[in-house]
Amino acid sequence: MSFEHINFPVFGQVDYFGKQSQQQLQPQQQYTPSHGGKKNTLDPIVTGTSIIAIKYDKGVVMGSDMLLSYGSLARFNSIQRMTKFGGNTIIGASGEYSDFQSITTTLNELVTDDHCMDDGSRLSPEEIWNYLARILYNQRNKGNPLWNTCVVIGYQGGKSFLGKVDLVGTCFKEDIVTCGYGSHIALPLLRKARDDNPNMNLEQAKKLIEDCLRVLFYRDARSSKKIQIAVAGEQGIDISGPIELETYNWNSGEAAVKNFSQV
Amino acid sequence: METLKLSALPEQSKQQPINHGRFEAYVDNGGTVMAVAGKDYCVIAGDTRMSDGGYGIQTRHYTKVFQLTNKCVLATSGMQADTIALQKRLKLMLETYQKEHGKPMSTPAIAQFLSNTLYYKRFFPYYTFNLVAGVDEKGEGWIWTYDAVGSHERVKYSSQGSGNQLVIPLLDNQVAKRNQQIIQGNGDVSCDQVVSFVKDAITSAGERDIYTGDFADIVVVDKDGVRWEKFELKLD
Repeated sequence: MSFEHINFPVFGQVDYFGKQSQQQLQPQQQYTPSHGGKKNTLDPIVTGTSIIAIKYDKGVVMGSDMLLSYGSLARFNSIQRMTKFGGNTIIGASGEYSDFQSITTTLNELVTDDHCMDDGSRLSPEEIWNYLARILYNQRNKGNPLWNTCVVIGYQGGKSFLGKVDLVGTCFKEDIVTCGYGSHIALPLLRKARDDNPNMNLEQAKKLIEDCLRVLFYRDARSSKKIQIAVAGEQGIDISGPIELETYNWNSGEAAVKNFSQV
Repeated sequence: METLKLSALPEQSKQQPINHGRFEAYVDNGGTVMAVAGKDYCVIAGDTRMSDGGYGIQTRHYTKVFQLTNKCVLATSGMQADTIALQKRLKLMLETYQKEHGKPMSTPAIAQFLSNTLYYKRFFPYYTFNLVAGVDEKGEGWIWTYDAVGSHERVKYSSQGSGNQLVIPLLDNQVAKRNQQIIQGNGDVSCDQVVSFVKDAITSAGERDIYTGDFADIVVVDKDGVRWEKFELKLD
C-alpha cells in the first residue's frame, strides 16, 4: 500500500528522516537479463595436467608440461604453467588455467604490497602457500571454487619448501608432491627413487623429474613432451626454458608407402 | 502392459544433460582417532595418514591431534581442509579468551564451545568428527565425542573416523569390560597400560582399514601437561 498521496502526519506513517523522498531520487535498480546471474566455475574448460615436484638435498625441483587442453583437444601447446612470486617462491598449477591466472593476479598484489612495506622482510614460500590455501578454501565455501591444484616450491634462509593446495582447500607439506595423473603414475616412481637415494643432488632430481614427465607423456593422453623444470635452491629460483623430451620415435608407419608411383 | 509411445521426441531419460563431474565441496580424507580417559589422565591416539578421498595417500605425516590448552587436546578426522579451518577458529577464540580472562578456558567449557562452533555451521557443516580429551578442573580425565553438527556426549572412551567401527568394540570390551564373564580387579588401569592398549588398538585398525596407517601420534594429557609420542604403523 502506498501512502504517497497523504500529505498530513499519520500515526506510524510519519517520514521523519525523509526516507521516501531520498529513495525516489535514487535510480531504480533494474534486472537486466543480459548481465546474467552469478557465474560459478562448475567444471573446468581449459586445463593443464599434472605437476610433479620433489625435494633434493639442497632445494626443490618441480616439473610440468606446457600443454593446455580444451577437453580432449590439445588447444595451446606452449604455455608456462609455473609462475614466480617474489624472489623465493614458484607456484605450478594444474586444472583450469583462467583460474590460475586469477590466482596469479591476487598473489602478485600480495607480493607487491609486501614489497611496498619496505621493511626488509620478504614473504616466505610457506606464507604464500598458507595465503593461497585460505583463498582456495574461501572460494570453495562460496560454492565458486578456483579449479586448480597448486604446487608451491620455494627456498628461503637455507630452508627449502614444498607444499600443495587443492580446490577444496586441502593443504599440506611433503617431500614429494604430485597432482592429477602424476599421483597415479609419477608418485610411486618418485617415492621409490627417493627411498633408494634419500640425498639426491640437483642433477639427479632434475633427471628424475624429466624421466617421470616422459612416462607421463607416454600414458597421460592430455600431456605433451614440451616441458619446463623449475628449481628453488641455493642459487635462487629459476624456471627453465622449454625442453623437448627425448622420446621413442614412432616412425614405423613411414616405410609402408614411400613413393606413390610404385603403388 | 507397456504404454505405447506416440511421441517422436527422444525419451525423457535421453534428454538429461550429460553429467560432468560436478563440484564436490566435501572430501573425506579418512583417518582414525581414539581416546581413553582414566582417573587423572587421558590418552589420545590418531594416525597420520591423509588419503585423497580414494585409494591414494596424499601424505603420511598429517597429524590429527591438535593441542588446545595445557589440559586439553582436540583429535579430528574427516575432511582435512575443514579440520584446519576449525582448528584455526578454535585457536583464535581460545587466545582471545585467555587474553580477556587471564586464564585458559577450562576443558568442559572448550567441549561446549566446540559444540556451539560446529552447530553454528549446521547448514553448511564442517565435515569433521571430533574428540575433545583432557582433564577437568578437578584433574579427572574425560572425553567428549561429537558428530559433524555438534551433538556431543561426555564419555570415558571413544573413537571417531574411518576405523571407529573396528576400535569401538575393542574399547567396549577392554576398557568398559563389557561381555566379560570374569572381571578381575576394580577396573582402574595405569596410564602406561592404557598407552600400550591404545597402540594395539590403532595398529589393529590399521590392519583392516585402508585409510588408517603410516604413523600414530600417541598423546597423554594429565596434570603435568601434554606429552607426545610417535608410533609406527604399517605403510601399506
